[in-house]
Amino acid sequence: MQRTYEVMFIVRPDMPEEEIEKLISTLESQVSSSGGTLKNVERMGKRRLAYVVRRFYEGLYILLTVEGGGEQIRELERRLRVTEPVIKFISVRVDLEQKRHAKVKALRDAKRKPAPQPAAESGTEPAPATA
Amino acid sequence: MADETTQGTATAASAAPEQAAPHAPATESRPPRTGDRPRGGGREGGRKYFRRKKVCKFCVEKIDTVNYKDVRLLAQFVAESGKIVPRRLTGVCTPHQRRLSTAIKQARNIALLPFAGRA
Repeated sequence: MQRTYEVMFIVRPDMPEEEIEKLISTLESQVSSSGGTLKNVERMGKRRLAYVVRRFYEGLYILLTVEGGGEQIRELERRLRVTEPVIKFISVRVDLEQKRHAKVKALRDAKRKPAPQPAAESGTEPAPATA
Repeated sequence: MADETTQGTATAASAAPEQAAPHAPATESRPPRTGDRPRGGGREGGRKYFRRKKVCKFCVEKIDTVNYKDVRLLAQFVAESGKIVPRRLTGVCTPHQRRLSTAIKQARNIALLPFAGRA
């Protein structure tokens, strides 16, 4: 049930700040009421779009990190679709990728930990020779 | 083709017999240069000799997750026209190319990268 999703959406650039805050809090309440948690909100600021979206050349990017199930995301997406200022959104599931990344990282760290000790010992020996 | 021209300038004496028998095996002076050995299959995509060994940027720098959000990294693997550059030109290994490809497509969907640039 606890899957992590990243939902990124673009809001039209001429939106006032309070409206955006209202929108985010509405989404947050909707997510938490159905059993998910909003872990993080990142406002990435105004960016130039790579192509024209609904006749806009710039947009305000907002990234939400949501923990929950597929139902919450479906509801969130439905809400984003009907919200007028939101011009584009994408939701990506990231927990599997994060798990795999953590596993690879742990493996790499475990491999590296026994290595620096003999390396440090052999590293000190040539140092006075070069100096 | 370029290999033949460099061979021609270096060994002009063997140019004539080379033209006469282009498929002559190791009797001609064709020293295998480093990294220019013909590989059956491999990565060259139709060419007999390829230039040099290309390393996968992700494997070298140990970047494991390719995020659709870092446009600067993704833009290195996208051509001017917005197309994804094939693996044989960039030297990326297969699993990383697959992840890179999905990341680029996700970035295109959220207007961080264009679908089609100029041409």
